[in-house]
Amino acid sequence: MSTNTTISHRRNAVGAFIENVRDRWATAPGWQRWTVYILLFVIALLLPSDSIGQFMSPYSDWASVLFFPIGTYVVLAIGLNVVVGQAGLLDLGYVAFFAIGGYTMAMFGTKLGLNFWEILIVGVLLSAVSGVVLGGPTLRLRGDYLAIVTLGFGEIVRQTAENTDSIGGPRGIAGIPHPPSIDGVQIFGVDIFHYGVLDPRPYYYLLVVVATAIIIFVKRWEKSRVGRAWAAIREDEDAAEVMGVPTFKFKLLAFAIGASIGGAMGVVWAGKTISINPNDFLFMLSATILAAVVLGGSGNIPGVILGAFLVAWLPERFRGLSEYRILVFGAALVALMIFRPEGLLPSRRRKAELAEGTGGMGSMGAEVPGPETQAAAEGAAK
Amino acid sequence: MLLEVKDMRVHYGKIEAIKGISLEVAEGEIVTLIGANGAGKTTTLKTISGLRALTSGTVTFDGKDITKMPGHKRVLAGIGQSPEGRGVFPGMTVTENLLMGAYTRSGDLTKDLDEVFELFPRLAERRTQAGGTMSGGEQQMVAIGRALMSKPKVLLLDEPSMGLAPMLVAQIFSIIKEINDRGTTVLLVEQNAQQALQLAHRAYVLETGKVVKSAPAAELLDDPQVRAAYLGGEFGQAESGRS
Repeated sequence: MSTNTTISHRRNAVGAFIENVRDRWATAPGWQRWTVYILLFVIALLLPSDSIGQFMSPYSDWASVLFFPIGTYVVLAIGLNVVVGQAGLLDLGYVAFFAIGGYTMAMFGTKLGLNFWEILIVGVLLSAVSGVVLGGPTLRLRGDYLAIVTLGFGEIVRQTAENTDSIGGPRGIAGIPHPPSIDGVQIFGVDIFHYGVLDPRPYYYLLVVVATAIIIFVKRWEKSRVGRAWAAIREDEDAAEVMGVPTFKFKLLAFAIGASIGGAMGVVWAGKTISINPNDFLFMLSATILAAVVLGGSGNIPGVILGAFLVAWLPERFRGLSEYRILVFGAALVALMIFRPEGLLPSRRRKAELAEGTGGMGSMGAEVPGPETQAAAEGAAK
Repeated sequence: MLLEVKDMRVHYGKIEAIKGISLEVAEGEIVTLIGANGAGKTTTLKTISGLRALTSGTVTFDGKDITKMPGHKRVLAGIGQSPEGRGVFPGMTVTENLLMGAYTRSGDLTKDLDEVFELFPRLAERRTQAGGTMSGGEQQMVAIGRALMSKPKVLLLDEPSMGLAPMLVAQIFSIIKEINDRGTTVLLVEQNAQQALQLAHRAYVLETGKVVKSAPAAELLDDPQVRAAYLGGEFGQAESGRS
């Protein structure tokens, strides 16, 4: 008993500390916030150093791990968070947009010889369009139904890639060009704009810059009218509609934005990996990214980044446990969901939503009796 | 007529929930729809606010045919709704909830906020509390206040008394009266027929998707059939004697 109470005391103390920090943060003046942002950016750039790597990743090259899976998962999680965390739409096929970005880079790079930056724009546009194409017919569905359709979409994209010979079929595409290098810019002995085969660090820096740009965009959206509309849709879609929010349009927008972030990451990732094939885009990746979002604190960007970092890093760190590592990883996920169902760093709003019992995820997976069931009841009453 | 519904039919899949309802609401009125569970009251309201599509029939509002208009545009036209089960945004504070109600409007909203807080002093005390953590009655106040923030010509209220203590019910109903006195037309769906009929000018009685009776509310209060079905017969009399 006594150990239990000490544990809960300690947890309360930690909770109170975090609350305190959050209150401080919420009222912090602009210059303090910007200092923290810039510090975080600098820390992100310093991460690939060897001294950190020795502890963080004793089994594989730390800078490579930072690019994939860690950095990649972080960006994908931020993108999926727009769809799941902000608009409350459960998407189980998010990997499809990553694949579309990757294949755009591969196709346009090898066949048309466009350079990385041009393809980045094309990739973002193409995946946004594919988001709209997927969303158009399916966003009339809600909750579980939407989840199933998006799951199907993810598989359709992969199967199409696997069975279309003109894009390499199951063997995929090799010889994808790297981003154009600018040689000679050296900082601490690292050629930061030299995108070659040997040094993964320039790619990581590129990823950090792309991620930062995405975070700024997403944060802007979150605070705008668009963000308010998403929050309303997530919390009660019908109520949002009768408030005058064009719910369908905004759900489509969330899908398009989420898709273009996934696509951008696909382009950046393919720009490093040289060759891609359909098996890089399995359902498992969609599920892992979703786990990262939920684990970290759906709807809260710092939380989502933390979640993605852990989901990507833990299995790498514990590579030494060989085949047991996924078991341990699974157990860790279960434990986290038992003790912190709202995620590691939930947004405050999310906590209130959870208190209401919507599961903090809008109608996701927990649709209360909809019109159909209600009608059945009415029919039975007759 | 401000709002006119003609021969409206609504289907859920193959089941016909609304079997040709016609009703009218004139400017300045309080009209109530009463009926048992599953009579189609909520569906009627949802169809008027655009959340459900109708199979046939027309909805005319303010002289315009809005049958095919999507729900979010009807708010601009002047229809405000407090949805079934209150539909308060649980993660937003009271103020944020109210501002969400004014989503279609721009400009300075402080005057409108003050007006709502004046109607519901209880909400003024709880401006920064999250909607999801409030009691049922408070949530109802948020939902009604939020609907008012869009400056509607007609206010649709879906069971504002549901799940509330009797004292709160009386309070909510007197506020509805106040809102109507200030010039907003009200269409009220209620299971609490006694209270609704005392408040409203006219009433429609719904049974399994059809209007079975429409009359001035006072008349229905004395109608023996309605008394037996919705006002609990003798018990209802005792209640009305007490209030």
